[in-house]
Order: sequence, then C-alpha cells, then structure tokens
Amino acid sequence: MSTYLPFARTEARTNYLNADYGWKSWLFTTDHKRIALLYLFSITAFFFVGGAFAVGMRVNLLTPEGIFAHDTYNKLFTMHGIIMVFFFLVPSIPATLGNFLVPLMIGARDLAFPRINLLSWYLYMIGGAIALTAIVKGGVDTGWTFYAPFSSTYSNTHVILTAIGVFVSGFSSILTGLNFIVTIHTMRAPGMTWGRLPLFVWGHYATSLIQVLGTPVIAITLVLLGLERVLHAGIFDPAVGGDPVLFQHLFWFYSHPAVYIMILPGMAVISEIIPCFSRKALFGYTFVAISSIAIAVLGFLVWGHHLFVAGQSMYASMVFSLLSFLVAIPSAIKVFNWTATMYKGSISYETPMLYAFGFIGLFTIGGLTGLFLATLAIDVHVTDTYFVIAHFHYIMVGGMVMAYLGGIHFWFPKISGRMYPEGWARFAALIVFVGFNLTFFPQFILGYQGMPRRYAHYPPEFQVLNVMSTAGASILAVGYLLPIIYLGWAWRKGPKAPQNPWNAKGLEWEQSPTPPPTYNFETQPVVTEPAYNYSGESEEVGIG
Amino acid sequence: MTHPVVPIKTYAAVFGALLALTITTVAVSKLELGEFNFVAAMTIAVIKGTLVVMFFMDVRRATSLTKLIVGAGLFWMAILFVFVLSDYASRGWLPGPRWF
Repeated sequence: MSTYLPFARTEARTNYLNADYGWKSWLFTTDHKRIALLYLFSITAFFFVGGAFAVGMRVNLLTPEGIFAHDTYNKLFTMHGIIMVFFFLVPSIPATLGNFLVPLMIGARDLAFPRINLLSWYLYMIGGAIALTAIVKGGVDTGWTFYAPFSSTYSNTHVILTAIGVFVSGFSSILTGLNFIVTIHTMRAPGMTWGRLPLFVWGHYATSLIQVLGTPVIAITLVLLGLERVLHAGIFDPAVGGDPVLFQHLFWFYSHPAVYIMILPGMAVISEIIPCFSRKALFGYTFVAISSIAIAVLGFLVWGHHLFVAGQSMYASMVFSLLSFLVAIPSAIKVFNWTATMYKGSISYETPMLYAFGFIGLFTIGGLTGLFLATLAIDVHVTDTYFVIAHFHYIMVGGMVMAYLGGIHFWFPKISGRMYPEGWARFAALIVFVGFNLTFFPQFILGYQGMPRRYAHYPPEFQVLNVMSTAGASILAVGYLLPIIYLGWAWRKGPKAPQNPWNAKGLEWEQSPTPPPTYNFETQPVVTEPAYNYSGESEEVGIG
Repeated sequence: MTHPVVPIKTYAAVFGALLALTITTVAVSKLELGEFNFVAAMTIAVIKGTLVVMFFMDVRRATSLTKLIVGAGLFWMAILFVFVLSDYASRGWLPGPRWF
C-alpha cells in the first residue's frame, strides 16, 4: 500500500496502551484507539446481556407449552432485540474496529474530533444505562420495533424509559458517523487518494452516511411516540386520529437502512481479510467501493417491504418490492468479487479467513432469502414467521457477527501486541459456524411451515425443529464464550506479535508499530501504491 | 478558516422574525381556513427553518461541501415524504382493467 519507511524497532517502547496508566487515562482519553477499546468492552458486555435474553427464549421454546408466562416471554424477545440491535450491532464494528483503524488506515494521527469521539462513547453508555434501568425496573414488551398504537397507548411496561435510552444512544451513532466522514474527507495522508483508500474505509464512509442521514428519523419517531403516550397527541393511534402505518413508515425509514449500518462494516472487514489470506489484490476494487455507496443509497429506498401486509397501498408495495430487488445487485457484486479474488489465489486458512468463508456463505443465504421476502406473494405467506427471524439472523449474526469476530482476530495482534492461540481460534470458528446453522436453519423450515414469531407456545409438531434450534444455540454460546477466554488469556500471556504477522498490506500494518504509539505513526506516511498491492505492481492497473 | 463577524443586529433581527412567525402560527391556527390552515402552518415552519439554517447555522456563507451536505439532508427528507405520501395517495386506488 505504501512506501516502506524503515523502523528502528518492531515494537514501540511507548505505545497507546502503556503511554499512561490509571482509570482517568482511560475515561478521559481522546485517543481513538483507547476509545475503541472502551467501546469494545462495553459492547461485549451488552452482547452477553442480549444473549442471556436469547437463552431464556430458546429454553422456553424447548417444549410446546414453554416455561415462562406470556408477558415474560414478550419482554424476553423485546429486550433481546433492543439490546442486540441498538447496543451491540449498530455500534459493533464502526465504534470498535472502525474507531481503531480508520485513522491508522488513512495515515492520520487521530479522528477529526477526538473529544466528540469520547462524547459519543459517553452518550452510548448513558443510553445503555437508561435502557438497562428500564430492564431492571420490569422491562418492556413492545418488540424491538416499538409498533404503535400498542407502544403508544396500551403497553403498561417501561416504553418511555427504553425509548429514551435508544434516543440517546442514537446521538452516539450520529457523532461517530460525523467524525468518520470529516476524517476521511480531510485527514488522508499524502498520496492516499480516494482510489487508494482501503475498502474498510469505503465501507465505513458509506455506513457513516446512513448513520448521519437516517438516525435523526428514528430519534424524532421515538419523540412522537413519547408525545402520544404522554400527551395523547393523535399521531399513530387511530382512536385519537392517528395512523399506525405512519409509525411503521417512519420506524423503517431508519431501521431498514440500519440493517446496512450493521452489515456494511462487516463487508468492509471481509474486504480486508480475503486479499490478505489469498495474497492477491481485491478483484474489481472500484466496483466493490462503489457498491458500498450504492447499498447505502438504495438501502434508503426499500423500507416499505416491511409494510406489505400492514395496509400499505399495493402500488407502493410494488415499487418497494422492485427497489428491494435492486439492493441485491451491489450486494452480489461484493460476493462475486470476493470469490473472484480467491480464484487462483494462494489461500491460507488462518482464523480470520475461516470467519470470512463463513461470512460469504451465510450472508449469501441471508441475502437470497431476503429476495424471497421482497417478493410480494411469498411475503404474505411468511410475514411474521420464523422464516423472517432466520433470514435476518443469517444477515446479522451469520454475516455481521462472523465478520466482527473475523476482524477482531485479524487485528488482535495490532490492538494488543500479542498473538492469539491459532488452534483454539480455528476450533471456536468451527463451533460458531456449526452452532449458528443448527440454531437458525431449522427456523427457515419452521417459518415456512407457519410457525409465527413472538409466541411463547407452539403446536407439538414443531417441537423437533425447535429442540434442534435450542441445541444449536447452546453450541453457539460455547463458540462465543471461547474467544472471550483465549483472547483474554492471549492479551496478557500470548506471544508478542511482530509488527506485521500476516504480511498484510496497509498503512496500519506496514507503517505503524505494533501496538501503535498514541499518535499512530513515527513519521508522516506517504502512499505511493494502490490498495492491496500484494503482487507488487507499481501503478494502478485499472478497473477489475 | 476565518469567518467575518456577524453583527449582533442581524441575529437580533432573525430572532425577532422567528418570534413574530411563531405568533403568526398561533394566530393563523385560530382562523377557519379549512385545508389552508395546514398549508399556512407548514409555510411558516419552512420559513423559520430556513432562517435558522441560513443565519444561525451560517450556511449562507458556508463552503460548497457544507451546502451539499445540507442539500443531501433535504433530499433525504424529500425521499421520506414523497414515498410516504405516495402510499397514502394511492391507498384507495383499485386495480385497473387488464390489458392482456
């Protein structure tokens, strides 16, 4: 990626981890790398809280009669969704790996607004604390979608408190997006043209656009929900002159693009891993970069496919159906180009690459079943069934979480300065893949056979598939706990990592010590080559 | 980047205009104008929003990139409005005659 400047040592004597000590040096830091770690530990905690609710649901579904009261089950799936979507998936890669890597990858000393970066973490924690307070006080039962008029009028749980938590954390997301956009526009190193930007950065740029443009809409929607609940303003409740479909329009205007907030950074990670472990430049760099922007733009035009059976005009539904199909094009471009990158590559099977393989397969299944749901007639049959649950978990868990884990392993040496145990990591990746498929593939069948989502009970003929799903969830839980254990061990006891253990291209590997110093580079990096120049070409070779 | 100092009179005048427009909104809501009550309220709101963006946020003197970002925000809001309103407008339509 760049001219290799000589280093006096492979590990900086002073790095961002040992530059300062004490809790104040962490809680008041403006170093993007330390803030990334604050986010990493916070979202990991939220991931396990959200996971605990999933465990409760899967245990309940072991038997047709279940073990929890209906109200309790309603709260379990609601709080699972709210914690996982708003407090894990949305911030996961951008706030951790993105925060850590975007300045390093473009050759900058930090993000453009370091204090705003810290503010975004505090807002996230305040929002999370408010949502957790709502849970401790008794929880909320509206579903993560907060559909009105149930949420605005009839639910007697802690809707307002939870909505405030989501509202506040939304500003954290906006600030992170804003910071990335300004940083990428204004702080690139000499020679780091838009055509040489790593695709990780392109992916985060597209994500940031959605965060800045979409998040205010969910914020104002939740404010309107609060106004109706507290002041009985007639906005969504037909009993006081409102329209419940309006809520769904406003909610999904953000929440469908939010799916792309979750998956685009995952794609960004995969675009880094595959060239490295195939020892080849990414096939069709320009198309992959543009496809990120295309997904961000088209992603804003498809929200109506969540309203096919909600009373939306059939003409609007037809338009939204067509537009939903169009999003498959840039997504497919990425999958085809990753595959073409591997073709005749010198592939090796380190843990990040195993997660990348998993991502490609599972994301493809998730994406293709999304086309089923974009088809009007099929959607009528499977709306609100487990088919939908399986579909979006293949995207968000099979896709996004696999990419997240792949990225964590890929950059773990850079972040911690240590190597993780490769054998254990490969074993965990395998466990996650098996556990995930056993959990969610049966749900496609359950949904197609008509099992609705969000019910605590089900007919006895669905029990076998539900038991398989719960067994898979147990395996998946082991797969998620293993990295916590061995990465935690490796952080303190693992062998010291060389500067560039994967022989990867990119400023963060080639020109920054491992772990990086506080201001990332010892000298100003200058970029003279295209991205992913694994073949050593001196100039860009054009598209494709 | 340096900005010319905006005289405080300008801010005061804009603030006064915003207050006057708020009073106008309340006054107009008392009149029976039928559908035009909504039109009048929205028109006043757009004028107020424009004043805030142009003067308090100083977009009138901002760089082209900032103006582009503001324009993108308005365009995105237009997407939301156009699609949602097209749903409402076409909800009552019945299927047309078959042409095949």
